[in-house]
Amino acid sequence: MREIFVANTDEIEDRERKVIVDGDLEIGVFRLGEDFFAWENNCPHSGGPICQGRIMNRVIENLDENKKSHGFLYVDEDVHIICPWHGFEFNIRTGVHPGDSQAKLNGYVVVVRDGGVYVEIE
Amino acid sequence: MIQVRELANIVKKDNEMNRSGQEKKSLDIIDARTDSREILSHARQQADARDFDDVFIVDIDAHIDDISAWPEIMDFIEDPVIRDAAGSFSGGTKRGAFHNGTPGLQWQNVWGRIPHGQGLKEDVDDKTIPRAVTLSRRAMDQMGLDYQVVFPNALLYIGMHPVKEMEIHLAKAYNRWLVEHVLTIDPRVKGLLYLPINNPEAAEETVRKYVGAPGVAGFTITSSRHAPIHSNEYMKLYAMLEEADQALAFHAAPNWEDEYPSQLNRFISVHALTFVLCNLVHLTNWVINGLPERFPKLRTLWIESGLAWLAFITQRLDNEYLMRSSEAPLLKRLPSEYISEMFFTTQPMERTNMNLLEATMDAISAPTQLVYASDWPHWDFDLPSSVWDLPFLDESAKRNILGYNAANLFNLEVPEKYQKRAHAAE
Repeated sequence: MREIFVANTDEIEDRERKVIVDGDLEIGVFRLGEDFFAWENNCPHSGGPICQGRIMNRVIENLDENKKSHGFLYVDEDVHIICPWHGFEFNIRTGVHPGDSQAKLNGYVVVVRDGGVYVEIE
Repeated sequence: MIQVRELANIVKKDNEMNRSGQEKKSLDIIDARTDSREILSHARQQADARDFDDVFIVDIDAHIDDISAWPEIMDFIEDPVIRDAAGSFSGGTKRGAFHNGTPGLQWQNVWGRIPHGQGLKEDVDDKTIPRAVTLSRRAMDQMGLDYQVVFPNALLYIGMHPVKEMEIHLAKAYNRWLVEHVLTIDPRVKGLLYLPINNPEAAEETVRKYVGAPGVAGFTITSSRHAPIHSNEYMKLYAMLEEADQALAFHAAPNWEDEYPSQLNRFISVHALTFVLCNLVHLTNWVINGLPERFPKLRTLWIESGLAWLAFITQRLDNEYLMRSSEAPLLKRLPSEYISEMFFTTQPMERTNMNLLEATMDAISAPTQLVYASDWPHWDFDLPSSVWDLPFLDESAKRNILGYNAANLFNLEVPEKYQKRAHAAE
């Protein structure tokens, strides 16, 4: 087990990320509020650079009480990272695809210490 | 005495000094202007991990950047009035002149989620060769390809152009631009030429003019059209292609205007159905009207409908044919047997259920009839690893699908290094 320094906490803005390279490993560290999450930069679909994609909120269908649709809505609390290769989306907090619980990102433990963000590598 | 605040600052400085020595290389966000070598850097990693430099790989359907080159292409229009009229479009830039694009190319990027889905916007410094060739080279190098067979974007829809003769003007201009301006640069780039079959004579002239031209791999009919491909007016064209030992490809495209698809309210639905629907119609006409019996040596290739539809159509036609064979009297075998002798492209390979995919590949004799296609740079592109990593194919079948089947189909020369490898394996 070793730690990799990623950035000072104030270098990663809210709803942003830093993607670092450590040898053959690429890891994206994301910030949501005061929380940090680290995912391998490798989409489980076909190996795309998932962490280098756009960050957008989850989209849901806007249904009323009569089950009628009124288009789309964003869900502010469900923030997604989207693979720039094919559009696979994953919840940044859980690393899970919104429509397929088996599709998951490979994650790392994040340590925030003394104003710095680190990830633990086996 | 050191104050607590000062101590904290000293600790912070120590931490920052320690961290500065550990600074890692970082990767940028991929946006619409990112260099495709960067977008595809993981493709190169995959190629290296699988030793693709030792695998003969042909991508038989990549899309050339004809959109950026459109003003140049317009200069190849023969008709002086139409050529002049092209200059009246888009503030005199000729961009998009005469396009009849349905909502299709514009929806590729999933509302901004896939940046390159709006076309590659990257910078190309080398102005001595066409930008399209540079972009092809970048993709080939990253994916580990030996050949890339290219097809245009804007022409996918012109079979439905409201001005019928516009198909001929644009197809002729594109074919000339491709053959004279692009295919002369890099022997790894090959082209499928556009057959404007709304006018059979113009299509025949295209075959006469370009058979054997350097870089021309074969000919394509765009499938998004209302033209029964079994019509008698096309028999001469097919005979010419068969006689010339040329492959005939049918390239699918989306269609949101036809009556049934017009009910669909999301592009996911349009893409899922209509990329298949057009080739379902044409392949059914091709088989039921006995074209494989009329032109037994004419090789047909069906592009970009994926593979899942083939499990459906082989079973469906066999089942119906056995009850209504009198309506298809030219057939001497089951429809599925003719279909298993056609060629199909892999992309977009539906691979969420490996059992179904394996059964489909078995139904279409994939080890000899399936050819790899990337569809790069479109949003649902597939890399060579999509074939190489399949768990149920042996290595020989994978190598056939990735390269050798295409070489047979298009009479492509296999580079010497692979020939030596094949001999060594024997």
